Amino acid sequence: MQSVITSISMWIIPGIISLIMVFAIWNRVRVYETFVEGAKDGFSTAIQIMPHLVGMMVAITIFQESGALQFIINLIKPIFDWLHFPTEVFPLAIMKPLSGTGSLAIATDLIARYGPDSYIGRLASTMQGSADTTLFIVTVYFGAVGIKKVGYSIKVGLFADLIGIIASLIVVSLYF
Amino acid sequence: MVNWIWLVLILFGVLTAALNGNIGVLNHAIFEGAKTGVTISFGLISILVFWLGMMKIAEEAGLLTWISRLLRPFIHWLFPELPKNHPVVGYILSNMTANIFGLGNAATPMGIKAMQELQKLNPTKEKASPSMATLLAINTSSITIVPTTIISVRMTYHSVNPTEIVGTTLIATTCSTIAALLLDRYYRNRNR
Repeated sequence: MQSVITSISMWIIPGIISLIMVFAIWNRVRVYETFVEGAKDGFSTAIQIMPHLVGMMVAITIFQESGALQFIINLIKPIFDWLHFPTEVFPLAIMKPLSGTGSLAIATDLIARYGPDSYIGRLASTMQGSADTTLFIVTVYFGAVGIKKVGYSIKVGLFADLIGIIASLIVVSLYF
Repeated sequence: MVNWIWLVLILFGVLTAALNGNIGVLNHAIFEGAKTGVTISFGLISILVFWLGMMKIAEEAGLLTWISRLLRPFIHWLFPELPKNHPVVGYILSNMTANIFGLGNAATPMGIKAMQELQKLNPTKEKASPSMATLLAINTSSITIVPTTIISVRMTYHSVNPTEIVGTTLIATTCSTIAALLLDRYYRNRNR
């Protein structure tokens, strides 16, 4: 199983590139010129995203470093204790929608501390893999096209994160 | 809503720091945060340049139209207002494929490209279109079959079976994606 997954993830990108190339030859596309033509938009796109990312990252870092995140965690903790939610993974659940690198750091720490094959280790692994960083995706995707009114996207993303966390909790408890 | 989240994160953070008497931490946090933002943007340059180039070839070669024709019913169900066989469907599908295989690095440029194409079809340039909201819903809840990063973390810490969480992750991620799509549908119908 493990070797199959490792070889799939190793082959997938070279595979996609080869597929694109075969199609291009078939349809007589001038591959190199077309590549450069498309690629030149990459730099400007990245630059356009930068102000959005800087703004959001500053706010998230302030929230995290000031102790505000910890304050919220302490505030909601009793409710989760009462629901038998393992409090150790709670910071991960709160961090997940805010920051991808932040939540990966917490998940790695939990796996290191409790062991990858412990209940908490498995729960942290499942939670980390089951949702994406809502705030990052909204910032980057809408920032790239200059959308100012994001509508209901954040609500949908946060709701999905919540369901993902609850589902992880239930599935890991039942499965292992 | 972004306005509010941003404001609350900053003000609540400053207030907490002030009450805890560690306002000094903030000076560090502000510049660290700004630096992270720039680092991520610059990190995106290489993958954006490469994948946007590749996607241009895929588009010119007709691969994207071919894929979108193949998966037309599925995409029509998710994005009812998109024109038939439009290349944007190919971009959306590439983004979803990259997400499914946990290729975060490739998923972002393809998602951005899909967003740029959706923006061309968007009648109100400042406001997100329903298709954009659905694309975001799929991405923020991201169906993942192979959570590559976390598997490698588990390997690092000598798990007996690093991939044993693939099954539980798949179930959890399916639940969150279904929830996101249902809520997206609800808002779509309400706003019509």
